[in-house]
Amino acid sequence: MEPIRIAEEIEKKFPCSVLGICEHKGQVSVVVDRSDIVAMCQFLKSGHKMNHLNCLCGVDNLTRKGKYIERFEVIYQLYSIENHISLRLKAQIRDSAHPIIDSITSLWTGADWLERETYDLVGIMFNNHPNLKRILTPEDWQGHPLRKDYVLRGDTEWQGLEELKEKSRKLRRFDFHSAHVKQGAASDDD
Amino acid sequence: MGKMNNNLVRIEEGVSFIPGASAIVAPLNKLINWGRAGSIWPATFGLACCAIEMMAAGAATNDLDRFGIIFRASPRQADCLILAGTITKKMAPVVRRVFDQMPEPRYVIAMGSCACTGGLFDTYAVVQGADEFLPVDVYIPGCPPRPEALLEGLMKLQEKIMQEQGRWSQFV
Repeated sequence: MEPIRIAEEIEKKFPCSVLGICEHKGQVSVVVDRSDIVAMCQFLKSGHKMNHLNCLCGVDNLTRKGKYIERFEVIYQLYSIENHISLRLKAQIRDSAHPIIDSITSLWTGADWLERETYDLVGIMFNNHPNLKRILTPEDWQGHPLRKDYVLRGDTEWQGLEELKEKSRKLRRFDFHSAHVKQGAASDDD
Repeated sequence: MGKMNNNLVRIEEGVSFIPGASAIVAPLNKLINWGRAGSIWPATFGLACCAIEMMAAGAATNDLDRFGIIFRASPRQADCLILAGTITKKMAPVVRRVFDQMPEPRYVIAMGSCACTGGLFDTYAVVQGADEFLPVDVYIPGCPPRPEALLEGLMKLQEKIMQEQGRWSQFV
């Protein structure tokens, strides 16, 4: 079945959740609301053999404007290994203050780390995720770096680096060269 | 004494050979530095793409072994840390721990723009230069530096070692 036909079937089955269908250079995307995302993926996986989750990522649409576009969206790139077709689901999340969506780890275990990455970098929470914690940045990191309003250099320094610099400053007097300097002249340490 | 001095064969500044005794007379500084400069053992430790150039420098064409530079798989057996690549903030404490595990005398080479200054990654995730938390001896610019540049850096480190005074004792 053509991807566009599958998209129409999704719309028929979930009329309240599907916001629109768009096609660009042969790639079909279904823009949907976040509410039925698990049921929708289940329908595609079992009903249309879209058995491979190619990719899952989050997007921050802070400056992007358009029909149906919300501040945050989660994009699911599905592929049918059997039928060689792909389909894209774009789940829109209305609540920009506390973005949250249901996890699809019950369908694809591989979504675990992808959802953790999305949470870590874009700050989208996932309901029913088995282990939702940061995966790339350190666990005590502040903020979500891939959000558009995140300052490139970060607005606060990571505590771990501050501690490291402090430790390095304390250990400096054991370095051979600074130990020698200390005998001759007063050191700036301590 | 005067006669004996005349018999010494001067090899270079401060280093003499005693004929008949099969002995060389030299300052301990010079002998130890000579030994160290000829056996720099870096830790096998790569951080990013510069590590590929470091491996190339160790391979047949450039062949670090001929300078006595042999990569060691444990920091406890190494005396040189080549920071080959981008140092992310998450990795920085680990890099410091590797350095802390190395016994004296130990040297640090910052290889490439990232290890020297942060390079093009002036971002939230990257340490802006290894010298923020490590005593760096030699800086090698380049993105990445060619193996020849790494060799040049190691030669510079050898020169630096040769000029050290009394690094074999805290009492000198």
